[in-house]
Amino acid sequence: MASTYNEKGTPSSATLSVRALHKSFGVLPVLKGIDLHVQRSEMVFVLGPSGSGKSTMLRCCNLLEEPDSGAILIEGDKLTGPGVDLNKMRQRIGMVFQSFNLYPHLSALGNVTLALRRVLKMPREQAESEAIAALTKVGLSNRAGHFPSQLSGGQQQRVAIARALALKPTVMLFDEPTSALDPELVGDVLDVMRDVKEQGMTMLVVSHEMKFARDAADRVVFMDGGVIVEQGPPEQIFGAPTQERTRTFLSRFHG
Amino acid sequence: MEAIIQQFFNIEIMIKALPLVLKGLGVTLLICAVVIPLGALGGLFAAIASVSKNRAVRWTAIGFVDLFRAIPPLVLLIFIYAGLPFAGIQISPFVAVAVGFFLNNSAYFAEVFRAGILSVPKGQTEAARSTGMTQGQTLFWVTLPQAVRNVLPDLLSNVVEVVKLTSLASVVSLGEMLHAAGLVRSLTYNASPLVLAAGLYLVLLWPLIRLISRFERKIDT
Ligand SMILES: Nc1ncnc2c1ncn2[C@@H]1O[C@H](COP(=O)(O)OP(=O)(O)OP(=O)(O)O)[C@@H](O)[C@H]1O
Ligand SMILES: [Mg+2]
Repeated sequence: MASTYNEKGTPSSATLSVRALHKSFGVLPVLKGIDLHVQRSEMVFVLGPSGSGKSTMLRCCNLLEEPDSGAILIEGDKLTGPGVDLNKMRQRIGMVFQSFNLYPHLSALGNVTLALRRVLKMPREQAESEAIAALTKVGLSNRAGHFPSQLSGGQQQRVAIARALALKPTVMLFDEPTSALDPELVGDVLDVMRDVKEQGMTMLVVSHEMKFARDAADRVVFMDGGVIVEQGPPEQIFGAPTQERTRTFLSRFHG
Repeated sequence: MEAIIQQFFNIEIMIKALPLVLKGLGVTLLICAVVIPLGALGGLFAAIASVSKNRAVRWTAIGFVDLFRAIPPLVLLIFIYAGLPFAGIQISPFVAVAVGFFLNNSAYFAEVFRAGILSVPKGQTEAARSTGMTQGQTLFWVTLPQAVRNVLPDLLSNVVEVVKLTSLASVVSLGEMLHAAGLVRSLTYNASPLVLAAGLYLVLLWPLIRLISRFERKIDT
């Protein structure tokens, strides 16, 4: 039964599995049964109108929101249930936020080392060399001593990506990582995301960067009203969407 | 004019009063040294409890804060000093003052810390928790450093208030500075010792007050 959830591979082999996910805020149902399986090294893009539940779904994937029912699995391991150490599980799930959420009282280096030191209990020197390695991956090793307020939005977001990367997560979640940025800074962040993907990271990305989705995503998922309306390779979703709702949504972007 | 100087700025009397007033100043500083750190710590715990997810914990903390903010410190002090002996508990004036001010002061510090904690955006906690940090680690490494920085002028203002508040200790005959000055005044029928004490308060608090307005200006800009 489970294998009907996904056309590619079996759900049990998926790196990230979302199963029958339901979530309401009060009386408002926001997620009405989401099934989604992201395979190893796959980059899945999630599109959909405002309020369709994209952020809520992403935040359920690391339990920043508690699902009403359903399950989230990382490499087959459940995120909820008795005996699960949620903090241990969260180390395997990196998250990048629309508003960066860097710690303003810490330098770029301090932002990246904090979890390495407090969660992984690394000694300072090791944490710092790991952090520098992560900052190098996002092209900001020369900004290690800068505070968030001294960095551009694009640089801040890249530090946030480094902060998540440094924990060597199994999967990374991105919630509109470029929508708070000035247009000229978007490219740098997308380039970093492309690099991260090329290193083999499994990524679930909510974003409206259509051009980027078209040439970097392995799969595009279209959500509306708390359900997945349609999914497939980008050429199919952008070129020949089968659902009316998808077509309506995309036509707004093509003008 | 002559009379005013004679009554309030009599150098001779001030010099005579100085040893006793300085001794009082020592007591004032001692009370502050006990009450300010304890009150700040108590306030911090109460503030953390007051934003707890656990209802019982939250309401206990809020109840504590509201109660001790509502009771005038003078009443609290008299109640502790004069009331507790009826319950068979004998305490020295110093302990009475320390306990009373600790309770009052914790409540005020709690309000300031609480405002600080609430001023830290939710995204900060979410970012920390998403990296696997525990609630306690998040509080200590992410929320509190920002909370304290955001309310630093208010915390310092609170310290100034506490220093002035210690003058209330004279009601339980604790020989702090104002009590000492009052004593000399009643012996000499001259208010100059009070002016001396006021001057010493000024010397003590002025640097703090300057510091506060510097922080406030920094935050404004
Ligand atoms: N914490 C919350 N409390 C109450 N309602 C919420 C909460 N978070 C989200 N919602 C509601 O849930 C619905 C889905 O929100 P969500 O943020 O998941 O949408 P989205 O697809 O990410 O939209 P956008 O493109 O605007 O970011 C919206 O109607 C929103 O108002
Ligand atoms: Mg959203």
